[in-house]
Amino acid sequence: MPNTKSPSLEPSQIELDRRAFRHSRKRRSTLVAFISTCAFAIIGYLSLTSAPGWDRVKQSFFNFDTASSALPHILDGLLLNLRVLLYSAIGVLFFGLALALLRTLRSPIFTPIRLLVRGYVDLFRGLPLIIVLYLVGFGIPGLRLEFLGRVPAEVLGTVALILTYSAYVAEVFRAGIEAVHPSQRLAARSLGLTYAQTMRLVVLPQALRKVAPPLMNDFVSLQKDVGLISVLGAVDAVRGAQIEVAHFANFTPYVVAGLLFVLLAIPTVRLADYVTNRLAKREQAGALL
Amino acid sequence: MILNVKGLEKSFDDKAVLKGIDLEVYRGQIVALIGSSGSGKSTLLRTINLLEEISDGQIFLNDEDISDPRINQDQIRRQIGLVFQAYNLFAHLSIEENITLALRHVKGMKAAEAKTKALALLDRIGLADKSDSYPDKLSGGQQQRTAIMRAVALEPTLLLLDEVTSALDPELVGEVLELIRDLKAGGTSILMATHELSFARDVADWVVFLDGGVIIEEGPAKEFFSNPQNPRTVEFLQRLRRRAGDQ
Repeated sequence: MPNTKSPSLEPSQIELDRRAFRHSRKRRSTLVAFISTCAFAIIGYLSLTSAPGWDRVKQSFFNFDTASSALPHILDGLLLNLRVLLYSAIGVLFFGLALALLRTLRSPIFTPIRLLVRGYVDLFRGLPLIIVLYLVGFGIPGLRLEFLGRVPAEVLGTVALILTYSAYVAEVFRAGIEAVHPSQRLAARSLGLTYAQTMRLVVLPQALRKVAPPLMNDFVSLQKDVGLISVLGAVDAVRGAQIEVAHFANFTPYVVAGLLFVLLAIPTVRLADYVTNRLAKREQAGALL
Repeated sequence: MILNVKGLEKSFDDKAVLKGIDLEVYRGQIVALIGSSGSGKSTLLRTINLLEEISDGQIFLNDEDISDPRINQDQIRRQIGLVFQAYNLFAHLSIEENITLALRHVKGMKAAEAKTKALALLDRIGLADKSDSYPDKLSGGQQQRTAIMRAVALEPTLLLLDEVTSALDPELVGEVLELIRDLKAGGTSILMATHELSFARDVADWVVFLDGGVIIEEGPAKEFFSNPQNPRTVEFLQRLRRRAGDQ
């Protein structure tokens, strides 16, 4: 057997020096980060508690007894938010994708449809969500359509969320579809696949992978915007908190509801980061910067 | 006669790229298209596969006028395979799925049947053990051989090859040319744009030299290369041979 030295087992002196240097640099930055975080936290705490009104704020926003007695009611409301979130997310995915697909149709026959979709996207990307909520929430019942009966506020809220978010998501999907290289489409058509088959089997699967991160960011936004259906009178977490605030004459329930929304968002935010990183890694494998 | 192109013209906006091409491919033949880049080779292949709309002239496949806009274009593309310079394998599918996709959705084969066929084709090019690999894990030569098999799987009446070795490292060119030789032996009719002069001389039945959108000269391969008539052909061949170190 030839006498070859395995590089991984026996690093050279130069490599050892480099490792020692990197190690010491890393320890120093950890230390700096720790000290600055502590200093920042202490300064923040001191300036908050030394404010003249701090005791009153603490009493009316961070009251533990109020929090624990309001919690069950707020949690009940949060379940409604979750239901609205589920239906909205599904509706947005379907409607947004449909809008994006309609916008990619090239044939001149579809020009009116394309223009309509474009107008829709422009309109709903520009309209504040709260105005859409008011228009749908009070406008549709105002039409007095007998066959609809009495539509619950949460359903109207869901419709408003779908209308608004589909416009954003349609743009995300469209960007993804356009990001798939045209040569992929050419290859599919050259094999005799139809336009629809090419979209379904070749373009969309690749587009969906590309848009997963921005799509998840929109989902995070949707997650907190479901709280806005309370303006229509639906008893969700925000509305539930509002009722408790009136009951206890204390603002703590708002803080509780806010924390619950944050807790709900954290897993999705982490997942979005993870997916984004994984895709980024795949696209620039191995590079340092 | 498999393919008969008559007076084909193609312009992009006001720029004429093909200015009246007449071309024939007979059953089991390889016809090689040579010419510098920008001479219209790729455009010609794309118009034949109906990926580009032509400006004038006619294209007949087995005596059927496929340039007639009333025909079903998807139906025609099924009969004509096209392989690209940059392979264009589907990035989200394994190489086996690349082959089975059209078998299942164009030919309507059952999944199991398509898989068997794909594996047999991959076996032919020595890639059966890599059937689950994604295109970006394979070498250029392996990808291009898979792309050729993807087209061959549909048993096309005519196979179009668009400079299939131009994007490959020199040491990978041989394996792809070997596969094309195999296909010819199996009776496939091929129209190929290529820069591989010695391959064209050995394997092609007919050679067509395209320049500036017109056919400058054509003839049987041996004659074409040993005794070119047109001064532009002579100049082109010399230029390419000097660069390739050919002969």
